[in-house]
Formats: sequence, C-alpha cells, structure tokens
Amino acid sequence: MKTFKVLGGGCRNCEVTAEAITRAAAEAGVEIALEKVTDMAEILGYGVMSTPGVVLDGEVVHSGGVPRADQVRAWVSG
Amino acid sequence: MFEQLGDLVAFGLLGLEPTSRSGAAVQFFVMDVAKIFVLLVLVIYVMGLLRAMLSPERVRAFVRGRPDWQARGMAVTLGAVTPFCSCSSVPLFIGFVEAGIPLGVTFSFLIASPMINEVAAVILVGVLGWKLASLYVLAGLLVAWFGGLAMQAFRPERWVEDYVWKIRMGETAMAEPDTSLRGRHRYALGEVREIVGRIWRWVLLGIGVGALFHGFVPAAWVTEHLGGDDWFSVPAAVLLGIPLYANATGVIPVAEAMLTKGVAIGTTLALMMSVAALSLPELLILRKVIRWPALALFATVLAVAFTLVGWGFNLIA
Repeated sequence: MKTFKVLGGGCRNCEVTAEAITRAAAEAGVEIALEKVTDMAEILGYGVMSTPGVVLDGEVVHSGGVPRADQVRAWVSG
Repeated sequence: MFEQLGDLVAFGLLGLEPTSRSGAAVQFFVMDVAKIFVLLVLVIYVMGLLRAMLSPERVRAFVRGRPDWQARGMAVTLGAVTPFCSCSSVPLFIGFVEAGIPLGVTFSFLIASPMINEVAAVILVGVLGWKLASLYVLAGLLVAWFGGLAMQAFRPERWVEDYVWKIRMGETAMAEPDTSLRGRHRYALGEVREIVGRIWRWVLLGIGVGALFHGFVPAAWVTEHLGGDDWFSVPAAVLLGIPLYANATGVIPVAEAMLTKGVAIGTTLALMMSVAALSLPELLILRKVIRWPALALFATVLAVAFTLVGWGFNLIA
C-alpha cells in the first residue's frame, strides 16, 4: 500500500491537495494511507520550504503548490 | 482594442450614455476585465514556458553563506521573481533562519516577494505604461532593501520563537523538471490554471473598485483632496491599505482609475504598496515564528517606508 504525506500548515491549498489524492485513489480503486503533516519541524525535515508538498513512500515528489491532476494520477497508480 | 470592446458593451449593447456615471463605470469594467485577463494568461504562460519562476528552496541555496550586502541584493531581486503562497511564509522563514541567512535579509525577501512580481510588472506596463511600472518596481526594491536593513538594526533575533532555532532542515533531491517543449507547455498551462485560479477574485474585485471610482467619484473632488498638496493624503492612503488586502495584480486597476482621475502619483503608489505588501492576515501568519514586538515593528517599518516613498514621488512629480 502506498503511503502519502501532504506537507503544509493547514492552508487551503494543502486541503485541496489532500482531497485530490484521496479522490484519485478512490477513482483508481487503489488503497492508500494519507497523512496530513502540519508540524513545521517535520515539514522542513523533508527539505521542503514551499507548501503544500507531497511525500510518497518517504520521498518528496512535489512541493510549492497544488499538483496537477495527471501528476496525482501517476503517483496513485504508477 | 479593449477600449472598443468596453465601448461596444457599455454604450452599444447596454445603451448607456458615455457621459453618465454608470456608463463610464461599465465601460471601464469591461475594458479592464478583457485587458487584464488576456495579459495575465499570456504573461503567466510565457513565464511558465521559460520556467522563469524560482522556488524558495533554490533562493535559499543561492543566498546562504554570502556576505550581507550580496545576500540582501539577491534576496530582493530573487524575491521579485519568486512567487510563494502566503501559507508558505512560516516554513520559508524557518528555512532561511536554519540556513544562517540574517533575519534582515529574510525580511527583505518577505517584503519584495508579494510586492513585486514579474506578472504584476508586465500588467503594470500594459495598463499604466512603462514609466509608472518602473517607478513601482524601483520603489518596491528600495523599500525591500531598506526595510530589511531597518529591521536588522532592531536586532529582531530576540523575538524569534525558540523552537525555530532548533529545527533542522533535511536535504531533498527534488525531481528534475521536464524541460522538453511538451513538458514546458504542460507546466505553463498548469501555472496559468493555478495562478489565475488563485487570484482572479482579487483581480475582479480590484477592477470593480476601480470602475466604481472611475464612474462615480467626481474628478474635482479628487483633485482638491487627493491631488498631492496635502501632506496627510499619503499616510492616509497607507493606513487605508493595511486592512485592505489584494494581490499585487488586483491593485493595478484601482491605481489606473485613481491616476486617470488625478490622484497624485506618490499617493497612488503608497496605496498600491500598502495593499499588496502589508496585509494583516499575512502578518498574523508570521506570529507562529516571531513574537508581537517584531510583528509590530515590521508593520511600522513598512508603513513608514511606503509613506516616505509616496512623499518622495509626490515631490518629484
């Protein structure tokens, strides 16, 4: 199972990102675990300064904005 | 072309009188909506193709470890071409602190980034002409440079929350950007969607306010009260701008309406800067990393700087 983390201090764009991943997973019928990380120490620990960021299985795959729909689909099913 | 479109809709389709208040307001609104959104999409797309936007992570890597004046120069100029979501200001602040970048330099960056951006600059050129556009950019660079210096003089380190100093930033190899033409095109389209989606409300609101001002505020009243002879009109404009917030692009139509009605140039610039760069909600986000005295000082330094810039331009003009 894939593990996602959405990095961000609870801003709107972070919510939108988390929702997009959940939705894409449901559409693809893939089971995922998703965690929203709001702790600054942990966010910066990933080397990310511009939120929202996305971590997939421990690796930063995106930062600095809401990801595009095709990116999200690729993470979920790729 | 945009003016004709405004004429066509306001006077042709709706049958309003060109000399009436509502006619003037509607004409302005239609003209500016068309002009600004066309410019917006074009500029963001071209910038996206060139991948001209920098990420804050890269700015941090450029700036760290440089002597003070160099670091400040880079923070100011890179801040102008580095957009970031205001919700990122906290991790950004911590990341800069962790890299050992002086706080004054970080403040310079935090001032420059929302105030100047390449998208707003190009639209300024399109709407108000290159002279005013360069004045605004120059004023922004000056305020960011000296605002950061002024902050530094007050030793703001003592107001930084303790936990900030303890955070260690990790290293991450970010995914290489896709630099093929197709990749660039997709990136540019994504940027257009993301940025326009984020700021269109501000822009529409700004155009609406500009249109009302253009149509309903009598020019004679403006010249008498905002023509630049009263010393207090500049600080009043700055104060008015603090609770008001709009994206830098959204203020442009308001400035356009003010200038065509005869508001003094320094007063207009002061309001623009105050609305774009000094906003209470964004200031309050920073409370997570710095304590109240630093926040109050930051707001004061900015307000004073905008006022000085406004007076300066009113004097020259």
